[in-house]
Amino acid sequence: MDASEENNVKAVRRSKEEKKLLRKQIKASHTLLKHEGIHTTPQLTRSLVVANGGLGNSVSREELSAALKEMGEVESLLMPHHKPYAFVTYRCEESALKAYTHLNGQKLQYGESGVMLYLAYVNSVTYEEEASVPLPEGLVLLEDFVSPEEEALLLAAVDWSSTNEDVTAQKALKHRRVKHYGFEFRYDNNNVDKDKPLPAGIPAECLPVLERCLRNGQINVMPDQLTVNQYESGQGIPPHVDTHSAFEDTILSLSLGAKTVMEFRHPDGRVVAVVLPGRSLLVMKSESRYLWTHGITPRKFDMVPACEQQSPDHVTPEPGTRSNLTLSKRGTRTSFTFRKIRPEPCRCAFPSACDSQGAPSTLSPSTPSPPALPCCHADAARLEEEYVHRVYDAIASHFSSTRHSPWPRVCHFLSSLPPGSVLADVGCGNGKYLGVNPEMIAVGCDRSSALVQICAERGFHAFVSDALNVPLRTASCDACISIAVIHHFSTEERRLAAMRELVRLLKPGGHALIYVWAFEQEYNKQRSKYLKDHNKEHNGKENLTKSTSEDRREPHGKSAIQNSGHLEEGYEPVGKVTDGKLSVHTNRTAFNTQDILVPWHLKEGKKPGEEESGDGVKRNKRKEKSKKVLTNQTRTDSNPGLSPGFDASMSPGLRLDTDDATHSPGSKPSPSGTTQTSSSHLKSESESHLTAVFHRYYHVFHQGELEQLCSQVDGVKVQSSYHDQGNWCVILEKD
Amino acid sequence: MKLLTHNMLTSHVKGVTKGYPLLIKATEVKVNEVEFNPQFVSRMIPKLEWGALVQAAEELGHRQDLPGELVQDYEKNEDFLKKVHRVLLEVEVIEGCLQCPESGREFPISKGIPNMLLNEDEV
Repeated sequence: MDASEENNVKAVRRSKEEKKLLRKQIKASHTLLKHEGIHTTPQLTRSLVVANGGLGNSVSREELSAALKEMGEVESLLMPHHKPYAFVTYRCEESALKAYTHLNGQKLQYGESGVMLYLAYVNSVTYEEEASVPLPEGLVLLEDFVSPEEEALLLAAVDWSSTNEDVTAQKALKHRRVKHYGFEFRYDNNNVDKDKPLPAGIPAECLPVLERCLRNGQINVMPDQLTVNQYESGQGIPPHVDTHSAFEDTILSLSLGAKTVMEFRHPDGRVVAVVLPGRSLLVMKSESRYLWTHGITPRKFDMVPACEQQSPDHVTPEPGTRSNLTLSKRGTRTSFTFRKIRPEPCRCAFPSACDSQGAPSTLSPSTPSPPALPCCHADAARLEEEYVHRVYDAIASHFSSTRHSPWPRVCHFLSSLPPGSVLADVGCGNGKYLGVNPEMIAVGCDRSSALVQICAERGFHAFVSDALNVPLRTASCDACISIAVIHHFSTEERRLAAMRELVRLLKPGGHALIYVWAFEQEYNKQRSKYLKDHNKEHNGKENLTKSTSEDRREPHGKSAIQNSGHLEEGYEPVGKVTDGKLSVHTNRTAFNTQDILVPWHLKEGKKPGEEESGDGVKRNKRKEKSKKVLTNQTRTDSNPGLSPGFDASMSPGLRLDTDDATHSPGSKPSPSGTTQTSSSHLKSESESHLTAVFHRYYHVFHQGELEQLCSQVDGVKVQSSYHDQGNWCVILEKD
Repeated sequence: MKLLTHNMLTSHVKGVTKGYPLLIKATEVKVNEVEFNPQFVSRMIPKLEWGALVQAAEELGHRQDLPGELVQDYEKNEDFLKKVHRVLLEVEVIEGCLQCPESGREFPISKGIPNMLLNEDEV
């Protein structure tokens, strides 16, 4: 990584006014630091805390380091994970003084933005170091395994222009390029057709590399199958275990081009993130090959250990600590995966993950296979039938019990309509908006007859219908609302159709309000309530996460990006994992893909367990609930492995990090008996009822996506659009 | 289903051009008293398809003496508004079905709720 040579700090001469402001800012930053438990001192020391100069502010190590080095010889630079500050220790006090004098209150410019740095002396640089976790058993990473010349030769050997016409399942992979040699790996059944070798065997350019592997003992038999994957920045591959019955034990994966981070997950929840530098060879054997899943989270930046080749003496990266991290922008990476076709059934020692020994042959052996994103209309309808309609019918009463308070801004819209207006609430759920403005003539419809039944019991006008075919007269409504509905349609075509149908109902001059769940659960530096509640409820979970962490690891589902306060721009893990199945979202974490399954933990006959996705607005009951959860949490933590009923399969990496986990039977007295007394008030709620987990399909919208969709609807214009607690919202006006 | 809802509903079966108003075949009709709000009713009237309302009331035997054509100055005619109030908001079809006038497709009404879902081949 190249450290920037130039001085990024722009000195600015300040007016009195500005000085005053500066003092205020410094004071504020000190307060912040106190909350972080960092004690600053007015005495000159060699060490300084640099407020705002942290990875959490998306300041990269290189940028900060370059600015700090201008002031003198840096002994160490510590950048704690996700934090908005860093610690620098200079060789001598003079340098520290210089840094303090020159950098304090100065703007560190990077990219198109910048942050104001505030420095203060500290007596000692302390922060919690996290224990490192060893690599999965059987995993070996060999850096610089091929030379840059070999790398170029290998990359040139792949002819992307000619796609193998005879290959059947390749088209399924829309978001990474893939090419097979020797045998085709079929993504429809996750296996190879052993009787049908491809015309092209492994390219000759690979042979010297493979021979080296044979000589070194990395393998003892020549591979006969090669899969080349090319990932652009932001692309990834879902966690999977290579099908046991298809390939022999050892799998070689050669990384060329840009580095990336591969995450290994053990079924017990351990996660190990491994940085794969360009020209490195990853050898997966035994447990790491048979039991651990491996995958690459689609994102554009990785948090990786810093390495400053220019000045190894000054900043020493210490393996095993997470402080020496920096952000690494992903580039194009090409991987060569060499495998040996297995002629006989697998008889490994990991039957739980072995398709030869009865385990299901899926991408993630520990998960019941989730559906794939639909590719045609009929598929989409089926997906929605199973993952939206049936779920709502099944959870209707529990769902309804969690939906008391209308969202304020929706109410505001409704209240602003003139008396006597005709309103259609398409996707009205339990009818919470139908009675908001009693001066209106309000009718509601929903796909779920169980929810419509609740509306009827409340005396509202409601009927059962689909949002794509609303049986209301054209141009009969003064206003329509569609709150948290359109995100349940699984193709853009259907989302657009739902919007057109809504607009059809409007009279000329009529207004429609649409809410959809946002991919961006953090907006204008504000985390949505959906995310915030996670924090509130999961304070105690840090330990659990830390215990499985190691220096280069990023916890599944909450990468650097998602945890930090200020990293949203450009860091969204964009793109979806398209070659495989829909991923199951971890409740109350940031989204890492747009098309997801969101678990609903149904508690029979019980009080609210979870708040609606997209239901960011606080309910009255919220406080009371959080309290319970926290108490509950203590217990869950004490016994992380024993959460009966929690669907451990869906997110092995962070299984206790779902909101729902705390409401699931996980909150039942645990077998260890450690905690029953700690939460007696929970008993009534948690005692007897079994939880069923339902998965609802969602397409969460990127910023601008809703407006873009609206622009495709004729005869309507976007009057306003806004972000409301993790939802994207538009108000449309019909011409 | 109250007749207010019925007044807004239309058949949406694929290919149907004249799906309005839906015929009502009721097997159970109830009348529930609802608080009368003359202002609300008079605001509602211009939003209605008057003919469809009268026809629906007729089908259910609740037309009273509502005229086939909307009367003038109904805002001040409390007696008239009360009758409209009754057919719109108090008469309720509990069981039965709605029938598309063109295709003959029937939509069941059960526990007061019309189910307007279409089959795959109807959309």
